Amino acid sequence: MTITTHVKTGTASDVLRHIDWRQYVVYIGFVVVFAYFAITQAGNFLNTTTLVNIITQAAPITVMAVGAVFVLSVGEIDLSIGSTVALASLGSAVTLQATHQWWLAALAGLAIGAGVGAVNGIFITLVRLPSFLVTLATMGLVAGLAQQATNLQSVPVTNSAFGWLFGGGTLLGIPILIWWTVVIVAIGWHVLRQRSFGAHVLAVGNKSSAAAVSGIRVNRVKMVVFIVSGMAAALAGLLYAGRLAGATYTLGSSDLMSVLAAVIVGGTSLTGGKGSIIGALVGSLFMSMINYGLLLGGLNVAQQLIVRGIIILAAVSLSLRAKKNS
Amino acid sequence: MIIADPTSTPKPNDGTVKPLRLDGISKHFGGIVAIKRFDLEIEPGEIVALVGDNGAGKSTLVKIISGLYQPTDGEIWLNGERTIFRDASDARTKGVEVVYQDLALVDLQPVYMNLFLGRELRKAPFGTLDRKEMATRTQALVDELDVRIPSAKSTLSDLSGGQRQGIAIARATHWASSLVLMDEPTAALGVAETAKVEETILKLKERGAAVLVVSHNMEQVFRIADRVTVLRRGTQVGTRRVADTSHNELISMITGLAS
Ligand SMILES: Nc1ncnc2c1ncn2[C@@H]1O[C@H](COP(=O)(O)OP(=O)(O)O)[C@@H](O)[C@H]1O
Ligand SMILES: [Mg+2]
Repeated sequence: MTITTHVKTGTASDVLRHIDWRQYVVYIGFVVVFAYFAITQAGNFLNTTTLVNIITQAAPITVMAVGAVFVLSVGEIDLSIGSTVALASLGSAVTLQATHQWWLAALAGLAIGAGVGAVNGIFITLVRLPSFLVTLATMGLVAGLAQQATNLQSVPVTNSAFGWLFGGGTLLGIPILIWWTVVIVAIGWHVLRQRSFGAHVLAVGNKSSAAAVSGIRVNRVKMVVFIVSGMAAALAGLLYAGRLAGATYTLGSSDLMSVLAAVIVGGTSLTGGKGSIIGALVGSLFMSMINYGLLLGGLNVAQQLIVRGIIILAAVSLSLRAKKNS
Repeated sequence: MIIADPTSTPKPNDGTVKPLRLDGISKHFGGIVAIKRFDLEIEPGEIVALVGDNGAGKSTLVKIISGLYQPTDGEIWLNGERTIFRDASDARTKGVEVVYQDLALVDLQPVYMNLFLGRELRKAPFGTLDRKEMATRTQALVDELDVRIPSAKSTLSDLSGGQRQGIAIARATHWASSLVLMDEPTAALGVAETAKVEETILKLKERGAAVLVVSHNMEQVFRIADRVTVLRRGTQVGTRRVADTSHNELISMITGLAS
């Protein structure tokens, strides 16, 4: 029998303790890029309109990112959110045309999101399939439904209450999309950090067997998380429909990458057990700011995609490297 | 035909309430008899070791007492009451805590969250997590059990294996109102850490907990247990006071060979 003494080296545990640096990357990056645009674009960039635009443009991504923090924290992934944006916004717009009731339209959209989330959740928890495969399938399925629903036709949104609430309204002089951002981020932060449910999400994502023997109903937690993610995507769909005064099947089709980038840059672990809502907010604003700054700087959409892709690669590398060290 | 097994625990009718009483527990898996008429009583503040060769049925017995398996036959009594466990969380609710071999703890959470996982303390008026109170109670408990960790707020992954097993035991202690079950609690630990965990187990005894501990380590049985009961291929060969037995006797009971 060998006698081994496990002495943790000072440096190794110091690194572990300072693993949090990864969570500051997004804040530092935000400040640096902000300063860069402020200097190079000067008055073009540093004005209230620009700053408001950055936040309001980001609003749908921010809302989905809050949902995605829960999904990644519980150790799963939801690839179907982009398609859900399209189907929910179309469902909502069609309901609005038929009923002229903004709240019925909103409910219809959210119900579609909850339904997609529930289907994902059932296949992941009861049929026990990997979320990557389930949501890859529902991503295609829901996109198909969205194209089929109105035969590729856009549906206008002319209801002024709906347009105010989900698009152009202001409350106390502050744009409604900023209110949505603040409210959803606050709720997400509160639930993840301050409530038992958040602790259970993180525990399931960290080690689901440990959560289970602690009496946490793992499947129920995952089910709720997927429904929340679907509903967040649906709300994002409502925000697009309100802002653009219409819905179409292409809404949200390129959002998955932005959402995952925002969440991962914001310090949420790809492998579960660790999530940051505030990081996701800053990540989302960071992506939006880059888009905006690149636009001001004269880059076209293709070039923006390239720069965004590079940033995502860098973020994922940082996330996975930090994971390996721990 | 065996009428009475003279080596099994006697069932005294002395009227005292035992934290645990097992009465004729059997478990069959299809045709396999994993446990045959197992009897045991544990007193408050008593540590009973369960020993036996691989496949003897030790883990099966622990799983029955922790609600993971239903016994095929026999009765479980907790604190003087006949009990049937529907499942593991039912057993937990009834005061049986298990320290698992593979550490049922979450690495990325602070120590206090691990202690209260699934049973978090919350505060008025909104039912938000009372992190401060959980940390305070955790600190008091680890101080009492002398589990030395930097802080109740340390992240679990920053602790050593021994410290973590100490936390697992502290958690079981905190919640167990009847019994603490341990399946090889030091199997994965080095010598120094094993000694520390054994100290923690003895602290449980001081607090009056009833402990059933599965162990492969004979020295450990003699260091910490009051009594030891031996399983051989599902049959309870005997129960001895540790003070009244010897290493050799236990080995021959385990193997079935005369020493
Ligand atoms: N779920 C099960 N199904 C069938 N047989 C089992 C099951 N669990 C345990 N056994 C059998 O019961 C016997 C006792 O196993 P176990 O309790 O794990 O022994 P120990 O923990 O003492 O090594 C073994 O023969 C094992 O194969
Ligand atoms: Mg075993």
